[in-house]
Amino acid sequence: MSALNELYQEVILDHNKSPRNFRRMHDANRKVEGYNPLCGDHFTLYLKVENDIIKDISFEGQGCAISKASASVMSATVKGKTKKEAEELFKSFHNLVTGQLNGIAELNTFGKLAAFSGVSEFPARVKCASLAWHTLKAALEAKEEVVSTE
Amino acid sequence: MNIESDIVAPQLIEKPVDLLRIRKDFPILKQIINGKPLVYLDNAATSQKPQVVIDAMTKYYLEENSNIHRGVHYLSDKATQSYEAARDKIQHYIHAAHRQEIIFVRSTTEGVNLVASSYGRKNIRQGDEIIISAMEHHSNIVPWQILCEEKGAKLRIIPMNDDGELLIDEYQRLLNPKTKFVSIVHVSNALGTINPVKEIIERAHRYGIPVLVDGAQAIPHMTIDVRELDCDFYAFSGHKMFGPTGVGVLYGKMHLLEAMPPYQSGGDMIKSVRFEKTIYNDLPNKFEAGTPNIAGGVGLGATIDYLNRFDMTAVNTHEQELLEYATDALSNIKGLRIIGTAKEKASVISFVLEGIHPHDIGTILDDDGIAIRTGHHCAQPVMHRFGIPATARASFAMYNTKEEVDALVKGIDKVIEVLT
Repeated sequence: MSALNELYQEVILDHNKSPRNFRRMHDANRKVEGYNPLCGDHFTLYLKVENDIIKDISFEGQGCAISKASASVMSATVKGKTKKEAEELFKSFHNLVTGQLNGIAELNTFGKLAAFSGVSEFPARVKCASLAWHTLKAALEAKEEVVSTE
Repeated sequence: MNIESDIVAPQLIEKPVDLLRIRKDFPILKQIINGKPLVYLDNAATSQKPQVVIDAMTKYYLEENSNIHRGVHYLSDKATQSYEAARDKIQHYIHAAHRQEIIFVRSTTEGVNLVASSYGRKNIRQGDEIIISAMEHHSNIVPWQILCEEKGAKLRIIPMNDDGELLIDEYQRLLNPKTKFVSIVHVSNALGTINPVKEIIERAHRYGIPVLVDGAQAIPHMTIDVRELDCDFYAFSGHKMFGPTGVGVLYGKMHLLEAMPPYQSGGDMIKSVRFEKTIYNDLPNKFEAGTPNIAGGVGLGATIDYLNRFDMTAVNTHEQELLEYATDALSNIKGLRIIGTAKEKASVISFVLEGIHPHDIGTILDDDGIAIRTGHHCAQPVMHRFGIPATARASFAMYNTKEEVDALVKGIDKVIEVLT
């Protein structure tokens, strides 16, 4: 498989075309904006957090296929998880897209997130893949500033 | 200082453009990227360099390297001659009246900053107005914003229509007794629009208002005659006209430059320094503090020699043919919208694809060795004007071919196939 096919894997193409949890949430208790002005990726992330558990999550906005798919897969992955679990996933995801994994065995633990392994071959696109995750982190920490990964 | 210019007598002028020969002059174009021949369509960001320019800079470092204007030894003399000869070549290339009107700077950006800092600080006062346009590069916005903030002056913007053409009537309405400066882009880097700068200058001059022209995107495409334009300042970069990075030119009318205070201070820009008083050097040295980019200047001189081999009209005809061919081909792609459809355009095409972000376009094209630019092109107000976050931009130089346009079209078809 070429580097390009590694980047635009089926999961990413699917989530880009039909993003999950892609809607505004009116009863959210956390709302944070993620914005990379240089490339124009711009999302708003909505969370409903109760007792440190992510009860619901959604997002809206626009961006490239990588950033949109990343927000979509992330939303599907962290729904129902605790704050601590989500933060652990963020750490693992960061290692995944920056090429810091310990072999293929570790990759197999990632589930759908593994689709983002190809991003590590495209340093300029790491910020696209990680925007949603940094936004999530800020939301979990109840921060309100606009998040950027540029 | 009087340095004998060593302007080469006009060589054989090549016309029409002999593409195969030109491409051979640029060694980088032979490269294979990701298994495919490089298709370099990012010339508005920076152009490639011909072997003669690379050779001139190598020769300078191999045989002449020394500091200029000061030494009494052989090498310093050689270096000074080469550097100052480049100034003469530039003077003739843009048809300036005097060699002292050619100030070496780092880039177009530094040229604009020099004028904003020096002319601007001296002449702009509270309540004054400075006019720029809606299609400026950030480098022709931010220096004026900073000046306006500092002085309590106001920045006024000439609007444009949906094709990306400036509304000259609106410009006329903006001109008023408070207007003290106009700074305008010659060719838009994001849209390709060629602005009617001559008319813009003429209208400003009716009220005695000086005009700076940002020529960064114009100089590789057309003959620039600063006296015919009657612009007061003209700034451009070497690296967009097949020359080295890190060297650019600010042209300014002599009487304006003479009345302006120094921009940076230090060595070379002084005649004498006492602790009580320093006397500044004459033009152009007054604006050239510190050891400059000597190799860059020499390289830019070699670039001018190279460009003088061509008939710019023939180059322009070739580029316009490419523009037309590419515009037709891209327009036929479903879901593709060209941003910037002015009647007068340089060979720059910005476009968006429905439902596909420009960065994905750029990444997928790169897989086929096709280099384009994606993003806001340092012209965020242009993106806001058209309600888009970014565009993909293909920009053509004299060495590009119709086959490369075909490769681009095929590449975009692939982008659509992958992402929809």
